[in-house]
Amino acid sequence: MAQMMSVQIQTGQLRSSPSFLARIVGEVAYARQVQVLEERTGWMRVAVPGSELIGWMHESALSRRRIVLQAGDADVERAATTGEIALAGKGFNEQVEREFRSRNPDLDFRKIDQMQASRPTMAQVHQFALEGRLRLAE
Amino acid sequence: MLHFSRRNFMAWSGKAFLSAACASPLLAGLLSGCKTGDVVGELGRATGVLDDEQARSVARVATALGRSFEDITPEQEFYIGRTVGATILGSYSPYTDPKATSYVNLVGTLVSLSSDMPETFGGYHFMILDSDEINAFAAPGGLIFVTRGMLRCCTTEDAVAAVLAHEIGHIQHQHGIQTIQRARVTSAFTILAAEGARTLGGRDLVQLTEIFEESVSDVINTLAVNGYSRNAEREADRAAVMILDRAGYDSAALVSMLEVMETKLTPGGLDFARTHPAPASRIRDIRPILPLVRASNPALRQERFLAALHRI
Repeated sequence: MAQMMSVQIQTGQLRSSPSFLARIVGEVAYARQVQVLEERTGWMRVAVPGSELIGWMHESALSRRRIVLQAGDADVERAATTGEIALAGKGFNEQVEREFRSRNPDLDFRKIDQMQASRPTMAQVHQFALEGRLRLAE
Repeated sequence: MLHFSRRNFMAWSGKAFLSAACASPLLAGLLSGCKTGDVVGELGRATGVLDDEQARSVARVATALGRSFEDITPEQEFYIGRTVGATILGSYSPYTDPKATSYVNLVGTLVSLSSDMPETFGGYHFMILDSDEINAFAAPGGLIFVTRGMLRCCTTEDAVAAVLAHEIGHIQHQHGIQTIQRARVTSAFTILAAEGARTLGGRDLVQLTEIFEESVSDVINTLAVNGYSRNAEREADRAAVMILDRAGYDSAALVSMLEVMETKLTPGGLDFARTHPAPASRIRDIRPILPLVRASNPALRQERFLAALHRI
């Protein structure tokens, strides 16, 4: 049977070959299930069911546990008692953070938002690696 | 501010503990880690959602399995990390020099791609803290903070990469969330079972937020007060050497950085001196795992290091 895995990061990127330098051929949303076609050290070539998308993802972006986006009562019970599946948006989530913030109004989350909003592009990191005679992970 | 405001932090974590204990004596029981199964059943009943039979059943399962950090999803780790980060920024101000910040983010992102966990839920992000203290923190999920004092221990870009690779090592091994007490994870799952598919509300939300607050407090306590175990520090150093080698940096720069740190650390200080093994002892553990041939440090790399951090 084909091995299925779930995207466990906010936005998964599919690449044309197993390298962070490779062209991005598509994006896959959090919790989406993908079918593993091939494995190569640290990377997996996957297909997205219901679409034409095929590409390489790093294994750290994928989980063997099924991540359920719209959980029903049975999913919740299974997740809470067996750990076979994981639930998106449950447990420590945005709602809990909001409640925490209302109890701790002195903490400033805007700086965290700013920190998370900025990240160098892969092209900038590539250029930086080339100039410094460094290697970007394959 | 010259050092982590331990007074503020202790006041905050004490408040978290007290609020939990006052709101629910059951949670106080959980905190001590005793009678987990019984307490979890009680907690389920106390939410008013489970009937007696369901509560007993959940308690049985929870007792049999327990839950551990491995059950915390990357998405939940992301929210814990954000709050750990916001708490750190309650005691430190960001150092806002754009050139230095952009440089540290380039080095950090580059080395993160050579780790075993290049992808996290929200990605890696790096911030310099405006403090003379020698310190660095990795909040779960990939938020990494490094003080100006720590960067002053670095004489090359390779040393900056070594500091960041060590912090990425902690994230890769999930050391932060491993410090969250198991009983908290188990009780969070019990609330989840009681909640079912509904949106969390009322008392459940309050209780889950208390468990969240205590979990964040566990992580902060480790990062800022008690430090990780000796073994976790060794793992992070080993990960750093591997990451640096893969990226083409000179992994011996980790040793050079620790040698400088040793001359700058104040014994009994509230920074790395408190939370990390002595540099000399870390060096003893690192030397045997360094590769025989050292990577070179080309002139251009040194030029850009000086250009970005000469005012640090």
